[in-house]
Amino acid sequence: MLKGLKIAAAALLLGVAGMATAQADTLKVGIAAEPYPPFASPDASGKWDGWEVRIANALCGEAKLECEITPISWDGIIPALTTKKIDMIVASMSITAERQKTIAFSDKYYNTPTGIIGPKSETFDATPEGLKGKILGVQVSTVHEVYAKKHFGDSASEIKIYQTQDEANADLAAGRIDAVQADAIALNDFLATDQGKECCDMKGDVAEDLEVLGPGVGVGLRKEDSELKDKINAAIKGIRASGKYDEISKEYFDFDIFGG
Amino acid sequence: MPIRLSFPCRLADGARSRAAPISTFLTPLLQSGTLELLSPTPPGWGGNLLRGLANSVQIAIGAFGLGLAIGTAGAYAKLYGGPILRDLAEIYTTVVRAVPELVLILLLYYAGTDLVNRALEAMGYARIDINGLVAGIVVLGFVQGAYATEVLRGAILAVPQGQIEAARAYGMSPGKMLRRITLPAMLPYAIPGLANLWLIATKDTALLAVVGFNELTLVTRQAAGATKAYFTFFVAAGMLYLLLTLFSNTIIGRIERWARRGLPSVTEGAA
Amino acid sequence: MTISLADPAKPQRRPRGWLQPHRIGLMAVGLALVLSAAIFMRWDWLPNYYGLIAAGLWRTIWILVLTCAIGFMFAVPLGLAQAAGPIWLAWPAKAFCTVIRGTPLLLQLWLLYFGLGSLFPQFPWIRQSELWPYLRQAWPYGVLALTLSFAAYEGEVMRGAFAGVPRGQIEAARAFGMRRWKIFRRIWLPQAVSRALPTLAGETVLQLKATPLVATITVVDIYAVASRVRQDTYIVYEPLLLLALVYLCITGIIVFLFRRLEARIPTRLG
Repeated sequence: MLKGLKIAAAALLLGVAGMATAQADTLKVGIAAEPYPPFASPDASGKWDGWEVRIANALCGEAKLECEITPISWDGIIPALTTKKIDMIVASMSITAERQKTIAFSDKYYNTPTGIIGPKSETFDATPEGLKGKILGVQVSTVHEVYAKKHFGDSASEIKIYQTQDEANADLAAGRIDAVQADAIALNDFLATDQGKECCDMKGDVAEDLEVLGPGVGVGLRKEDSELKDKINAAIKGIRASGKYDEISKEYFDFDIFGG
Repeated sequence: MPIRLSFPCRLADGARSRAAPISTFLTPLLQSGTLELLSPTPPGWGGNLLRGLANSVQIAIGAFGLGLAIGTAGAYAKLYGGPILRDLAEIYTTVVRAVPELVLILLLYYAGTDLVNRALEAMGYARIDINGLVAGIVVLGFVQGAYATEVLRGAILAVPQGQIEAARAYGMSPGKMLRRITLPAMLPYAIPGLANLWLIATKDTALLAVVGFNELTLVTRQAAGATKAYFTFFVAAGMLYLLLTLFSNTIIGRIERWARRGLPSVTEGAA
Repeated sequence: MTISLADPAKPQRRPRGWLQPHRIGLMAVGLALVLSAAIFMRWDWLPNYYGLIAAGLWRTIWILVLTCAIGFMFAVPLGLAQAAGPIWLAWPAKAFCTVIRGTPLLLQLWLLYFGLGSLFPQFPWIRQSELWPYLRQAWPYGVLALTLSFAAYEGEVMRGAFAGVPRGQIEAARAFGMRRWKIFRRIWLPQAVSRALPTLAGETVLQLKATPLVATITVVDIYAVASRVRQDTYIVYEPLLLLALVYLCITGIIVFLFRRLEARIPTRLG
């Protein structure tokens, strides 16, 4: 019996050792494993592309780091960082005080307003009164979830929480919910698709709440990796100064995504 | 604001030319749209689905193999181990069979790799980077092991005692007895249960979608999300899983006939 | 801790006494593990979530009971059709069981929820129909998928159980002049059910283990509550461990209830 166990253990270790490569110098850049256009989405060949993926590659190039894009499920992305499955998060994660209790952030690399969309047939504002009695969908562990609970928790009839932004959009199109709150750019992208065009339109931006929505989106890092943080901060400044940032952004947006 | 998702727009053009809202849905389902979406080369997502399927099969094979190894050890522990070993094996099979796979996968996926690396660091080795494939195999293999333990234990018990006594009387060593008598004799009893486990393994790979591993189900959802053709892709993936099951069933039938050669046939009945 | 779910054979080799010296040792180790988990791990989040946990637990149990009950009702005709039905009934029943058992439940669930959901915008009349308030919510899809799955797996079991009832029994009933419906109600069904009962406990536990999948379509069951805790607090292991414990307890209760049920039904099968 013990022999059998030993053999099994040896086989297991061999398997792990054989297939797991100890690449100490390649940094794993975690992105959310879901289509989140225009920031990151897989194309038909399975390759991830989008504004944020390119920015991540540009940052790595600027900081002379070897990086590998690693899709990981959004709801486990912070544990994945703290347990060292990945080394940084470049997944449109807003810098918030709540998250900073667990992880560190680089300086922001973009900042966009937060909007609410709803069915075309209805008119309402992105205010607590406007959402009265409505079902509002948000993505889990996002600033939008926190914001929606804080500001619309009393007036909306339900705040429905989705694992991915894509599912929330799909349910809005299906008519299962009345409104979706998310990043305005991601929402506009959805509204421009065939499905989005037919069903919904933008109801407006929500009122600013810096405490919840944070100063913008930053690269998520482990607290102890302060050296990496300095490198990334320098790289953000670097690509801003060299024009690389604008070059990438121009392909996707016709306004300044970096924000004020 | 320019959009860079090339494919949905293309689909939209095709759909709009046929007008009428109902056909916007029916087109991707019934007409050329479906074939285009599912074609194996890049404008279509078929290649992606097939790669996902390959990943799923790889994990299923690995998990099934690992499950067999754990199951053999577990069955021996339960049958011939000391009291402590026997109780530990019992706890293992009870807990694993009572807790949902989804919960075990999350626990093992996050805790498992973390613990391995902490242990390695404590022992002074460099941390290793356990890729998703290995993690998936280990996690599902651990779950499969509990079921395989029960299947193999039942099969070993079904081997007539006289055969083992005869082997012992010939003076065979335990290893030789396992190789020459117990394993071949128990195989016909174990195969139906193991076949079932293999089918469970292929389907359980879908659960790894929840931890973001690129197997068939997650790839399907990504494709569906990016193209909004949810129905098409989920049906297509369902067909792939079904094909895998049916294909497995034919192979299993052959193996079963081979393993049962020389034994009286049993009539199919209540399990 | 000896819950045998579907043991084909139980070796009765172990000594009679349940409380042996090594068991006391094992229990001490177990107790120490539980205590250290209680002391050293973080449980301060627990009081904030009592309400949610209770609601989630209730929903899990409710979904389990509902889907098992309806699923079993479907399983009987499915099994009967396959075991004794004419080919035009047997074949569709077999096809249904093969398709459901041959594809992952997660995929079926997503097909029903997102696949059907993506069709709604094209058919505006659905939104005006009486059913819309239900179609809007997530749980009907979860219940439907789980019911179909239970029906297919249990239908397969019932097929074997129906086929396993000795022909003599049915012939004897016919000789008594019973009519077909009466034979089915009095002889065939009860015998088939008591044959299927031992596997039913195992199938119910498997069904319990399938319920957390509904969390992926926004139904807030106990699993979804644990996920919520994980995402709110970034505490990874504690909610999952508690979740595992909850499922262990429910499994224990299911096995206990079925033991009681089995003990009440006289089993004298030929």
